[in-house]
Amino acid sequence: MIARFSLRLVALGYLAVLLVLPVAWIVWSAFGGGVDAVWRSATAPYAVHALLLSVLIAVIAVIANTVFGVVTALMIVRHPFPGVSILNAFVDLPLGLSPVVVGLSLVLVYGATGWLGPWLTAHGITVIFSLPGMILATVFVTLPFVVREVVPVVREVGSEQEEASRTLGATAWQTFWRITLPSIRAGVIYGVVLTMARALGEFGTVIVVAGNIPGVTQTLTMYVEAEFQNFDPRGAYVASLELAVLAILTLVLMNVVRRKGVA
Amino acid sequence: MAALSPAAAVPRRGGVARTDDAAAVVVRGLSAGYLSLIVLLPLAALLWTSTRGGIGAVWQTITIPTVLGALELTVGVSAIVVIINAVFGTLIAWVLVRDSFRGKSAVNALIDLPFALPTIVAGLTLLALYGPSSPVHVNVAYTRMGIALALLFVTLPFVTRAVQPVLIALDRDMEEAAAVLGAGSLAIFRRIVLPNLGPALLAGAGLSFARALGEFGAVTLIAGNNPLRGTQVMSLVIFGDIQGYQFSSAAALSFILLALSLAVLLVFGRLSRALSGHHDR
Repeated sequence: MIARFSLRLVALGYLAVLLVLPVAWIVWSAFGGGVDAVWRSATAPYAVHALLLSVLIAVIAVIANTVFGVVTALMIVRHPFPGVSILNAFVDLPLGLSPVVVGLSLVLVYGATGWLGPWLTAHGITVIFSLPGMILATVFVTLPFVVREVVPVVREVGSEQEEASRTLGATAWQTFWRITLPSIRAGVIYGVVLTMARALGEFGTVIVVAGNIPGVTQTLTMYVEAEFQNFDPRGAYVASLELAVLAILTLVLMNVVRRKGVA
Repeated sequence: MAALSPAAAVPRRGGVARTDDAAAVVVRGLSAGYLSLIVLLPLAALLWTSTRGGIGAVWQTITIPTVLGALELTVGVSAIVVIINAVFGTLIAWVLVRDSFRGKSAVNALIDLPFALPTIVAGLTLLALYGPSSPVHVNVAYTRMGIALALLFVTLPFVTRAVQPVLIALDRDMEEAAAVLGAGSLAIFRRIVLPNLGPALLAGAGLSFARALGEFGAVTLIAGNNPLRGTQVMSLVIFGDIQGYQFSSAAALSFILLALSLAVLLVFGRLSRALSGHHDR
């Protein structure tokens, strides 16, 4: 009994010191100057722009990777072809890479001196240090999530209902929207939530390929870093708070979807 | 059931199959193209740039004292973090599965917070509480201890989430039998529970090791940006090189980091499989 109690104490103490107290202290510090100060920090023009930019990039990454993820997952399970296991392995690659390494590899292709640099410059396209590069970086690091979540669901659902629908004369398009998509919905939503969370929170990859100009190419995570370096801790804390709220919303959504998926 | 190959499906579906197959080929091409442009082409460029000068050049980069120092620091701190993770991750999983107390499900949900919270925010929260203006007068800013703390934060879920399902599925008969036969709880844990958890524990430890080696966002604020402090991990050195347009040096260091995390994943994966195979026999 005493052993069990002390184990519990050590485990909870560890979580408190490492996770709970630091996060609680940030919340406390952000509100230290009153609600007005928080509001002022949150509505500072660069802060608002950074938030909107983060959301814009995340939404684009979610759309791109959801389309890619669902299509690729269906292909991996339903139409396996020689080399599908290689494709499968490549899809997982972004999970094991350091963010700065990902950023660098994009610069080496799409930067001014990169492989495609001269061609892009000749056509007046800037990728690195501007929005396309930031989108590319975010899409790269969030690429695996939807595929990973949808593949097992597609496998589990099987193809009997789809075949029935096809036999009854439905077109491939109708079958996809009426049968396939509803049956894999839980996996897709879970993947989207994970993609969204990672996209909003990405820092290392994006800062390598972004110009980090306030109000232009600065995302909310970059804004946090910049404000802290510029000795405006409250600005950094408040922006962190916004990101933390989004993170907690993500956790709640994850739990809801997980419970629904099981039921 | 074996998956039907497209070829096998052709006679069954008749005319429809032909358009289906054409669509499948187009989809396959688009999917591969997307993956290539976003992931494969950049990684090929990285490999090409880093090995252009031959392996000798990579080796030369490694032996630069600051790089060697960063490499030692990165591997050393990550190894310590993995050991702490293995101990506390297992302990937390144990408490979440075998103990019962009010608020347990909230604590369980909390474990995923480091995965959801942006890494820069993780670093900032630690720096706010344990930094220069710490309210509890603990200052780990610009120290190796601070780096370890940041890495512990972001890698917290790996071991716990790997061990937890195994612990839930673990049949308690063996433990009860051992207890009846007079084994102490420590002996039961060491002889019965730990061997069962081994493969999952190693798999989780491997993932957290690989993550720690490459982490950037969480450590950047805590480590500071001064090479003289001896707190520059590999990702920070690479970032510095990129900022200074030293792309070939950055690529060489990236190659080393990549090889290191691949090796870690491979070794831990193999150990984990070897252990589970051994246990089955």
